[in-house]
Amino acid sequence: MKCRVCGQEASIGLRAYNTALCADDFIFFLEKRVSTTIRKYHLIETGDTPIVAVSGGKDSLSVWYLLNRLGYPADGIYVDLGIGDYSRTSLTKITQMAEKLCRKVYVLHVRDIFDKGIDEVARTIRRVPCSACGMIKRYVMNKICIDKGYNVLVTGHNLDDEAAALLGNLLYWKDEYLWKKSPSLESKDGHLSKKVKPLFLCSEREMAAYAVLSGIDYIYEECPFSVDAKSLEYKSILNKLEESSPGTKLQFIKGYLKNMKTARKDNENRDMAYCTTCGYPCYGDKCNMCRLLERFHIEKAIAFDEYDGSTLDSNRVMVT
Amino acid sequence: MCYEKAVKVELEGKMYNVEKPMQVSRLLQQFSLSRETHLVIVNNRLVTEDYRLQKDDQIKLIRVVSGG
Ligand code: SF4
Ligand SMILES: [Zn+2]
Ligand SMILES: [Zn+2]
Repeated sequence: MKCRVCGQEASIGLRAYNTALCADDFIFFLEKRVSTTIRKYHLIETGDTPIVAVSGGKDSLSVWYLLNRLGYPADGIYVDLGIGDYSRTSLTKITQMAEKLCRKVYVLHVRDIFDKGIDEVARTIRRVPCSACGMIKRYVMNKICIDKGYNVLVTGHNLDDEAAALLGNLLYWKDEYLWKKSPSLESKDGHLSKKVKPLFLCSEREMAAYAVLSGIDYIYEECPFSVDAKSLEYKSILNKLEESSPGTKLQFIKGYLKNMKTARKDNENRDMAYCTTCGYPCYGDKCNMCRLLERFHIEKAIAFDEYDGSTLDSNRVMVT
Repeated sequence: MCYEKAVKVELEGKMYNVEKPMQVSRLLQQFSLSRETHLVIVNNRLVTEDYRLQKDDQIKLIRVVSGG
């Protein structure tokens, strides 16, 4: 296959776009799409101070790298779940990227707070690891924004993540989540930061190709708890559809966005209260995180480690 | 098997031999992998499905799907 732009040997065929591109033209093509997405959906605007939620995987490291390349300087935040080698390797990849970008990365070690890794925390409260993990991450990512003055939280969710989540929500008609998958979730002043997903129109395959072609060194291994994830099954089904009908995932998500404009209005007015202890949005008088901390009799404040991209020492011993 | 012609393929940290040169799309079929879920790197270069593998090519299949 030849590159549609320059005629040289292509590196990737993109059937959803009916095109094929060489490495350089693909990088340009993808970066342009992300840049257009950011502007069209008002994800990040002049004067904003974005911070990227990084996990060490291809999507979050790529979006971090990409934003800085596109002229949106952004720091990073990582929640170290304390899952042995997996967490250790992730942290190494993240600090390497921080160094490369000369940006700061904040790290919250779950073990510093709970004296346990995420699996043991989850077991104590009789939840599966992913449920405890999701709750803690959402809370911590929001806290870093409020505490350190970042006004936009950027995540690496890609097209496949969004399509899989949407399929799951539709299959079981999860009304309460169905219309909450916007690429940009507005802030609630002083309580909740704005959340955006600049990669939501980029497929997982494109993001992996982008990471490989840009020399982004990401963690290839998966979190050991992801094996049970239902989303993997949905992704596989969607990829089968994509294979026989290229562009299906893109149409699915674009159609969703179109319908969201009308549907969301009716859904928005559910009353939201704020945690009396910390101010995080919740439905009772205390948020889940404050309940969890109480449950473990933890009174100390949640503190972040800071690694400064310019003076990073990746050999520094990390608590894992 | 004729080892002289064997093409070495790396997938998930394991090495495999395929017997004869073929197109990348055939290779994916042989491993029962979809082009949506795997990228093919040949001699450190990302290639498209119509690339014809040569003997001595170093091939790495990269899974693109991540869970959680
Ligand atoms: S797979 Fe589950 S436990 Fe692992 S990072 Fe994802 S949500 Fe957290
Ligand atoms: Zn080109
Ligand atoms: Zn609270």
